[in-house]
Amino acid sequence: MLYINCPHCGMRSQNEFSYGGDASVKRPELNKEVSDQEWDDFVYNRKSLRGKHLELWQHISGCRQWIKVERDTATHEIFRTFKADEEVA
Amino acid sequence: MTQAFRIKNVGLINRDKKLSFKFNGTTYFGFEGDTLASALLANGVHLVGRSFKYHRPRGFFGAGVDEPYAVVQLYRNSETEPNIKATEQELFEGLEAKSVNCWPSVNFDIGAINNFLKIFLPAGFYYKTFMWPKSFWYRIYEPFIRKAAGLGVASTKHDKERYEHKYEYCDLLIAGSGPSGLASAYAAAKNGAKVILAEDKPRFGGSLLTSDVNIGNQSGKDWAEGIIAELKTMPNVVVKNRSQIFGYYDHNMLVMSEKVSDHLPETKKYHPNKRLWYIRAKEVLISSGSIERPIVFGNNDTPGVMLSSAAKEYLKVYGVLVGRKPLVFTNNDSGYETAIEFKKHGVDPVVLDSRKNPESEIIDEAKNLGINMKNSYVVVAAQGYKKVKYADIASISEDKKKLGKIESIQCDCICVSGFWTPTIHLASQSGNKTKFKEEIDAFVPGQSKQNEITLGAANGVFSLDETLKTSFKAGSELSKKITENDNEIPIPNVVEKKSSQHDRFWCVPLPKGKNYKRFLDFQNDVAVSDVEIALREGYRSIEHVKRYTTLGMATDQGKTSNLNGLQLVSEIENKVVPAVGHTTFRPPYTPVSIGAIVGREVGKHSRPTRKSPMHEWHEKNNAVFVDAGVWLRPRYYKRGNENLFEASKREAKNVRTNVGVCDVTTLGKIDVKGPDAAELLNRVYTNSWLKLPVGKARYGVMLREDGIVMDDGTTTRISESHYHMTTTTAQAANVLSHLEYYLQLVWPELNVNVVSTTEQWAGAAIAGPKSRDLLQKLFPNSDVSNEGLPFMGYMEGDLFGVKARIFRISFSGELAYEVNVESDYGNFMWEKIIEVGEEFNIQPYGTEALSTLRIEMGHVAGSELDGRTIPYDNALEGLVSKKKDFIGKRSLQRSAFTAENRQRIVGVVPLDKQTSIPEGSHLVKDDKAPLPNSKLGHISASCWSVEHDNPFSLAILKDGKKMIGQKLFAMSPLKNKVIPVEIVSSHYVDPKGERVRS
Repeated sequence: MLYINCPHCGMRSQNEFSYGGDASVKRPELNKEVSDQEWDDFVYNRKSLRGKHLELWQHISGCRQWIKVERDTATHEIFRTFKADEEVA
Repeated sequence: MTQAFRIKNVGLINRDKKLSFKFNGTTYFGFEGDTLASALLANGVHLVGRSFKYHRPRGFFGAGVDEPYAVVQLYRNSETEPNIKATEQELFEGLEAKSVNCWPSVNFDIGAINNFLKIFLPAGFYYKTFMWPKSFWYRIYEPFIRKAAGLGVASTKHDKERYEHKYEYCDLLIAGSGPSGLASAYAAAKNGAKVILAEDKPRFGGSLLTSDVNIGNQSGKDWAEGIIAELKTMPNVVVKNRSQIFGYYDHNMLVMSEKVSDHLPETKKYHPNKRLWYIRAKEVLISSGSIERPIVFGNNDTPGVMLSSAAKEYLKVYGVLVGRKPLVFTNNDSGYETAIEFKKHGVDPVVLDSRKNPESEIIDEAKNLGINMKNSYVVVAAQGYKKVKYADIASISEDKKKLGKIESIQCDCICVSGFWTPTIHLASQSGNKTKFKEEIDAFVPGQSKQNEITLGAANGVFSLDETLKTSFKAGSELSKKITENDNEIPIPNVVEKKSSQHDRFWCVPLPKGKNYKRFLDFQNDVAVSDVEIALREGYRSIEHVKRYTTLGMATDQGKTSNLNGLQLVSEIENKVVPAVGHTTFRPPYTPVSIGAIVGREVGKHSRPTRKSPMHEWHEKNNAVFVDAGVWLRPRYYKRGNENLFEASKREAKNVRTNVGVCDVTTLGKIDVKGPDAAELLNRVYTNSWLKLPVGKARYGVMLREDGIVMDDGTTTRISESHYHMTTTTAQAANVLSHLEYYLQLVWPELNVNVVSTTEQWAGAAIAGPKSRDLLQKLFPNSDVSNEGLPFMGYMEGDLFGVKARIFRISFSGELAYEVNVESDYGNFMWEKIIEVGEEFNIQPYGTEALSTLRIEMGHVAGSELDGRTIPYDNALEGLVSKKKDFIGKRSLQRSAFTAENRQRIVGVVPLDKQTSIPEGSHLVKDDKAPLPNSKLGHISASCWSVEHDNPFSLAILKDGKKMIGQKLFAMSPLKNKVIPVEIVSSHYVDPKGERVRS
C-alpha cells in the first residue's frame, strides 16, 4: 500500500485516497472550437507510461483535496506531491 | 498412554500441567508448552498423514514453519480448520486433530495404490492425460481430481470467531527474535526508537533456545530471556510472539498475523482469534534466520527421516527423543550438534558425514564423547514403510559419483542436515535484488529497494559473534538516524564452537539397479525424476519447471525444497545456480487465515449501513427493507398477509387516489455556495441556470466528459448565492468528487464551495391529489396554493415549531411536495405527516411503489441512466442547451450519438396485458430466429401499472422514436420466457404532465 504525502495533511496511506488519472491532461477551454482529434485526446487517449508519471489523487477520506503525485509506475516510488494549484516544475 | 519418548528434566515445557488430546480418535497426553507434533512424538507417533499424490505414509520433517508433511485437520471448540501444521499448533486441553489425504484411515489408505502406479503419475501427468475426450472433463476427470486433491476440508459453517485489523507505525520493525533480532531491538530501543519485535513462535530466542553457546557468561537461552524481559518493560517497544510477518509491500508496509487464541481451547471473551497488523515502518530489520535443508536420498520421505535441527529442537525444547537409534546424515557440522545432544541424553547416534576429513571444535567434541562417526559415507536409502527400520548406507567417492558397497544399518530415525538456507522471503518481497553466496550455496539479500536490512543467518552469517556485533551496530545506527540518541551498549562476550566448511553435496546418486524415489518437494511429491522429465521435455526457465512439476507450490511454498530443486536444474543444465535463478517469492510467507484477511468486514459489516432518522418508525410499521447503495430503505410496508406485489400496488394506488408519503432522506444533497454558484451549475448541468430566481427549483442532467449521463436531480436556489443540489442516492459521492475536481483543478477561478449535506436533512415526499390539502394543514401559516407555491417552487415553513424547507417537486408525476427538516427532527416530521394525513387516508409507500409510479410516468432513474446512455436516449434532449457550453457537450457531436436510428426510451406493454416482463429481457423482431438473435433493445425497468392495471415496462430501444406501435418479442433466456409485446410511448400516464401543475 502506497504512502502518500498529502501536501495538506502529511503522510497518509493509500486507502484514504482515490486515483484520478493523468494530471498532465488539460481540459479544452469552454466555448472554444475543438477538433475531433483534440477532444479525443482529452477524453480518451492516454499514454500508459512506464516510469515517472504525474497523476491526480483525491484525498477523499481526508481533506477532500485533489493533489498531484509524481510517481514511478514501475517501482511505485513517489518523488514529489503538489497541491492542485501548484505548478509542477 | 505413556509418553515413552519423553526424557526427564529436559526442555522448556511445563511438566506440572498435563494436557489430554486426541489424534485420529486415540487419546494421548502431553504437557503445556508442547506443540501437537512434539506431543505426538513424545508418544512415539510418527505416522501423521499421507502424501498428496502417491499417498505415501508421512511423518514429521521439521519442527516449525518449514514443515511439509504434518498438516492436519484441527477441531477446536466445535469448529474445524484445515491445513494446520502440527509443528506450529500449540497443544491445549481437549485438542482434536485428524490426518488428511487418507481414506479410510492413515494406517490403511486406499489411495496408496497411487504409490504403485507412480510410474504412470509423472510430472505433467494431469496436463497430458485429461485432455481428451473433452466431454470426460466435467463428468469424470474433474470430480475425481477434486476429490483426490486438496489437503483438509474447510468448514461449511459460519465462522463465529472474530478477527481484527490493526494499523501501527514504528521506527524499526524487526522480524524474528533470534540473536540478531534481539540484539538489534535492544540497541534501537535503548536509543529511544519505537520498536516492534515480532516472533512467529510462542517462545522468543530463535536458535538460542537450542544452541550450545554462551553470551556474556550466560547460556544463550538465559541471555535471550533477560533481553526480552527488559524490552517488555520499555514503553517504546512492542514485543509480539505468535506473530508472523508474512508480507512486505510497497513503501515499507508490512503485514503481520498475530495468533491471539489458537493456543487456547477457546477464544477468550472479547478477544479476537487472530489480529492482522498493518505496520508502516521507517526501517525494517529482517532477522528471520535460516532453515536447514535436506540432503536428497532414496525414500527420503519415510516417517522417521527428519531435519537434524528439528530432532535437536524436539530434544532441547520439548524433552522428546525422536528415536532411540538415531542415524545422523550430514554434510556439515550441524549434524554433530544434534548427535552430541543425543549422546548427552544417553542415546548412541551414528554420524555419517559426506566429507572426507572434516575437522572442527564441534567434531572434536563429538569425538571426545565417543560418538560413532563415518566419513565419506552417505545414506543411500531409508528402508521401512510406515517408519524407518534400517538404512542402506555406503561410502562415496570424492567426486560424489560412485557409491561403495551397500551396507545396512539398524536405526529408527535419520536426522539429515544439508546445511542452511537463509530465509530471504521478506527481503525478496521488498524488491531486494538477491545474490548467490558461493560459500553457503544459497541466495542472500543484495541491493535493497526499500528501507530494509537483513542480518544474521538470514543474511548468510552463521557465526553468533559476527551476528551479534553487526546486529547491535545496525540497531544502534538505524535508530540514531531517527531519534538522534546514541547510547552506547557494551557488546557481550560470545563463546561458541567454531565450525568448518560444509560439503557442497546435496543429492545421493542412485545405486545400480535401484529406482528409489528421491523427493525434492515433500508436500507435493515432486521427485528428482519429475524435474528430470520436465527438463527433458524442454522446460528451461525455473518458473516453468516449477509450474510443470509443482515443485515449491505446496502450502509450505518449498521452504525445504527450492534450493535443492535449483541445484538439480543447474546440474542437469550445466549452469551455475545463480544463472538458473530462483522463483519469485510472493506473500504470504506462510498460509494466513482468510478470516484474518477479511477482519471485521463480514456480512453486514462489509460496508457501512446507513439508516434514515425515520428508520425506527418504518420498523415498527412492518416495513420490509431493501439495500439501496449503503442505505436501508423501506421497500414496502406489509399489511396482514400481503406480498411485495400486493403491498406495492396498494401503496402506489393510494398515491394516485389519495396521498402517500415516502422517506427520501437517502437522496444525495450538496450545498453549493458562493458568488459563482450559478456559473458552476451552468457548466455542470446541460440546461441553463443563470436565470433561475431565488425560491425556484429546476431539474438538471449532468454528463461526464464523454457525453454519457452521469446523474440527474433538482437543484433549488435557496438564496442569492446558495443552492441546494440533490443527486440520486447511488451517485451522491461521485457527484461531490466530480464538482470538487472541476472547482479545484479545472476552474479554480470560480468562487464556490461545495459540501455534502445528505445526512443533515431528513426528507419526506408527499405525493397524490390530496397532498396540497395535507400540506396546508401541516403549514397553516403558509400559502401553499397553486399560486403561492407553484410547480418547481420553494418556500420555508414552520412545521409545528420546526423550521422546514418545502419543495414542490414530483417524481411520481402526481401533485407532490418534498419537505426537509434537520435530521434530528426527521422522526417528528414523519409522525406529524402521518398523524395529520390520517383524514386524507395517507399511507406510507416504499421504493417498490416509488418505482411503479415513476416507471408508468416514464421518468428515468438509475436503470436508464446506466452509464451507457446520453440525454437523447432518455428523451432528455430538450434539456440540452444549444447556446452554452457544459461538461461533455462536445462529445454529443460524436457520430454514434447523432445517428438517425439512435436508441431511445420507449414503453412496452405485453399483448396479453397479463405477463410481467423480466427486467433485462431483450427485445427482438423474430422470436424464432436462429442464435445469435441480435437484440434491438432491452427492458430497463418493469412494473404493474396501477393506472391501467396491467404490466408496463420501460425499454431502451434502437430507433425507438419510430418503433411506437410495432409488435416485438421480449425474450429472457434466464427466466425462459418469450413474451409478445407492443411498443408504446414511455409516458403511459398523464402524458401531458398536467397533474404535477394542478
